[in-house]
Amino acid sequence: MNPALEVSGLRKSYGGVPAVDGVSFRVDEGTIVGLLGPNGAGKTTTVSIICGLLPSEGGAVRIAGAALSGDTDPAKGRLGLVPQELALYEELPADDNLRFFGALQCLDGARLASRIDDVLRLTGLSDRRRDRVKTYSGGMKRRLNLAAGLLHDPDVLLLDEPTTGVDPQSRNAIFESLEALRDAGKAILYTTHYMEEAERLCDRIVIVDHGRVVADGTAEELGALLPRARVPELDAEARAAIDLLAARGIAVPALDGGKPRLEEVFLHLTGHALRDER
Amino acid sequence: MKQALAIVAHELKLFLSDRRSVIVGIVTPILLATFFGFLFSGAGKQDTAKIPVLVSDSDGSAVSRAVVAGLAADPLLAVTPATESAAREAVKRGKAAAAVLLPKGFGDSSVRAFFGAAKAPEIALLVDPSRATEAGLVRGLLSEKVFREASREAFGGSSGTKVLEESLRSMEANPAPATPERETLKQLLRDVTRWKESTKLGTDGAGATARGPGSSVPFTLKEEAVTARTGVTYNSYAHSFAGMGIQFLLFVALDFGIAFLLERQGGIWKRLRAAPLSRSSLLVGKALAGALVGLISVGATFAFGIVVLGIRIQGSVPGFLLLLVASALMASSFGLLLAALGKTPGATRGLSILAVLLLVMLGGGWVPAFVFPEWLRTVTLVLPTRWAIDGLDAVTWRGAGFVAGALPPAAVLVGYAALFLLVSRLRFRWTDG
Ligand SMILES: Nc1ncnc2c1ncn2[C@@H]1O[C@H](COP(=O)(O)OP(=O)(O)O)[C@@H](O)[C@H]1O
Ligand SMILES: [Mg+2]
Repeated sequence: MNPALEVSGLRKSYGGVPAVDGVSFRVDEGTIVGLLGPNGAGKTTTVSIICGLLPSEGGAVRIAGAALSGDTDPAKGRLGLVPQELALYEELPADDNLRFFGALQCLDGARLASRIDDVLRLTGLSDRRRDRVKTYSGGMKRRLNLAAGLLHDPDVLLLDEPTTGVDPQSRNAIFESLEALRDAGKAILYTTHYMEEAERLCDRIVIVDHGRVVADGTAEELGALLPRARVPELDAEARAAIDLLAARGIAVPALDGGKPRLEEVFLHLTGHALRDER
Repeated sequence: MKQALAIVAHELKLFLSDRRSVIVGIVTPILLATFFGFLFSGAGKQDTAKIPVLVSDSDGSAVSRAVVAGLAADPLLAVTPATESAAREAVKRGKAAAAVLLPKGFGDSSVRAFFGAAKAPEIALLVDPSRATEAGLVRGLLSEKVFREASREAFGGSSGTKVLEESLRSMEANPAPATPERETLKQLLRDVTRWKESTKLGTDGAGATARGPGSSVPFTLKEEAVTARTGVTYNSYAHSFAGMGIQFLLFVALDFGIAFLLERQGGIWKRLRAAPLSRSSLLVGKALAGALVGLISVGATFAFGIVVLGIRIQGSVPGFLLLLVASALMASSFGLLLAALGKTPGATRGLSILAVLLLVMLGGGWVPAFVFPEWLRTVTLVLPTRWAIDGLDAVTWRGAGFVAGALPPAAVLVGYAALFLLVSRLRFRWTDG
């Protein structure tokens, strides 16, 4: 059976500088694949090529085995994009935002109304649907941003750093929504530069750096790439503290341990830390 | 197409939800158009400021008194008698725009000069150099008054009779041999004398103000605002609302184009492009949305002018509506063109504000194009704004009909809209890659 999304040998450069340099991976139904890499690794460029926003200079994208052909290819409806930026009209209520984005996806009437209800319920925004987006918290905006990408019930979700700037509570809510979608059989590509997110959420992780895939596998498989370093066992409290720091972008490699952390894998594979790259 | 309509409905909602855009699009043009219309509504109305003029009459003759009375009766002037020195001082201090000094002997010599019997008398007109236009008007009115009164006296008054008789007598006494020209002139003077004799009864004793029939300037000026239909009067608000309506139509379109450029840089653009939506539908949707929003702006502006300020569409109402729609299409595709050709929103805004102001100024939106010099009037015909404003002028106060007044400019405007759309479609940068 064809994978829901298959990317092979994708290439794209800006002014002669490669941004995506031969990227290949696949996302199967009912799985979440993490595209993990520092800022500038080429994650957004890859996502943009997948949904036809950017022409590629080489390679192929297949959605359920078929390439997209042109702007109006109905197969575009199988893709749901959640852009890295908040793509919302702040002056309008959530309802009106979703109605417009739904109409762009050729939804209307009762079908549109019921889909709006569904995605609002999924993202926990039903009771705020009539409020203007500008009155929302950062986390709520992120959830609405996600909801807008789900309206047309796409098979393949492309989520570009969907948790940027959200509080832990909203992040958990988003993760729960995504897990529900995975369980419903969606194929999800999740880009992030947070290892913890990738580790917690994703079934497989594709590590990219400078536009190239440097590793691809489950967290376990990636950990196995690392020569085992002996690190003292940490108690639960110390673990939690490190996680908290890591969530804010502060890595503590010396104390990191227990099981091999992705940070170490990344350092091992690329020769630089994930967060140094800006 | 459904998607394009969704874009239209959505943009309309956005416009109405944004107070700033409503103010820019509706309130400001109404304020400016009302102000300009008020400024230019002056001519011919009683609350126009009269031009202050001082008159010193050192002559005191029938002619000079009639000239002063004529000036005083003119609705454009506020005439105050003064001595020569007081008049000079007032003009110097800017209290009066001009002063007229009628010299002693003015009446007599003006009548003689009329028959070529003497050098014309010198009237001094003192002017304030900073008020040249007003002074020019006074000069014109003064010439008219003097000519009228001097000719009246020459053909009708007693001093005219005296001068005529003197002239005839000196001609007959001339020893030079008679030429056909001199004989003709003599005959003419005799005829005038006889004609005066025959009308004397009816005019004698009628006073200084009515000295003789048919003896005034060979014409009277009846000022009439020329419009295509009789009874139609010029409404300066009609022009100012056309000018400001078009200006803000373009500003709304400019805002629209800049918003599109901003949108293009952000995530919303990604949503638009990720949807199964063709490029043409997207641009057409945007263009129609912009036109509709612009139509609301210009429609609300004119509605105010019609309801509150009494602008009347003296020509064709369908023509007027057609012109509004065509102008709105032209403006919105202009906004799209800005979005297509512009790079950063900031730089594009600066340049296009300049472009809009030039378009409106040269299109006759600020001052009507008919005051432009001939070459400028011809050159500016390449501007869509000229056609829009001239067209609106035509169907409102000029009272032109649908076919003659509205169709040609509407066709030009739609042509421009098509051109702008085409260039936008060709030049639009769909990706940054
Ligand atoms: N529009 C663009 N013009 C020029 N360079 C770009 C553009 N978009 C991205 N890049 C460059 O391409 C590289 C990859 O960018 P991106 O895909 O946004 O990375 P990521 O999403 O992983 O942070 C970066 O070096 C970035 O500077
Ligand atoms: Mg990115």
